[in-house]
Amino acid sequence: MTIPISYYLILSGIVFLTGIAGVLIRRNIIAILLSVELMLNATNINFVAFSDYFRDLGGQVFVFFALTVAAAEVAVGLAIIIALHRSRSTINIEEFNLLKW
Amino acid sequence: MSQLIFVYFAGMIVATSILVVALKNPVYSALSLLVMFFHVAGLFVTLHAEFLAAVQIIVYAGAILVLYLFVVMILNVKQDDRYHSQWRIAGFVCVPLLIEAIVLLSSGRGARAIDTQAMFVPSQEAIASDNTLAIGQTLFSTYLFPFEVASLVLLVAMIGAIVLAKPEIGEQDNPGPLVQTKAAE
Repeated sequence: MTIPISYYLILSGIVFLTGIAGVLIRRNIIAILLSVELMLNATNINFVAFSDYFRDLGGQVFVFFALTVAAAEVAVGLAIIIALHRSRSTINIEEFNLLKW
Repeated sequence: MSQLIFVYFAGMIVATSILVVALKNPVYSALSLLVMFFHVAGLFVTLHAEFLAAVQIIVYAGAILVLYLFVVMILNVKQDDRYHSQWRIAGFVCVPLLIEAIVLLSSGRGARAIDTQAMFVPSQEAIASDNTLAIGQTLFSTYLFPFEVASLVLLVAMIGAIVLAKPEIGEQDNPGPLVQTKAAE
């Protein structure tokens, strides 16, 4: 008894929506980056589910690339957070309003 | 049986991802994200992606999350993390998205149509038994150029992280900008 592909789509949609909500409502920059990780994982679930559905390994290879980009994003993002914390001594994003019009 | 396993993994993934957003302490958020990564890896195993399950645990849980925890503990954040003041605007963005998802799922024009109409017939050939070997062959033949680009992305990210995170040259001698502004006040 196999699981229909739509269940995986619903699961990844729920996780992606949770990530979007986290990016929008959290004030802590680290929590925002964690929510971005949630969204990346939602797309990974989609990729692997379709890879199994079509019996095509391309989806799994793309998850591999998504992992690479996620690692790069985390390294640069956390470096930016450390630099921001060094200059402003806070990681609350409402304090970072230099570019507001 | 497989449905039971899927329901368990899916339920845990949804619950822990909501916890990631809802918990106030970033350390707890990161730890519930760790639980979520392990369950996503379990889901990958049920989808015949054993190599990716191992990579998910090693790279995400082993490397990325440890980096997060290091930064959380270096910064030593005080726990006054309320929600963002623009959460009403965020609600205006999220509620239509949620309604769209519900309408798509309930009207039968979205996900269910894929199953019933069978737009794409899944091929019946068995997936290779050796998942790692198959991924390696695909990666180094069809996707060789993206693989090289990925290595370049990692190099650039490493250099960028070092440049961004290192102290300014001569910062040890002068007081930092924070100290200067405090002195000016």
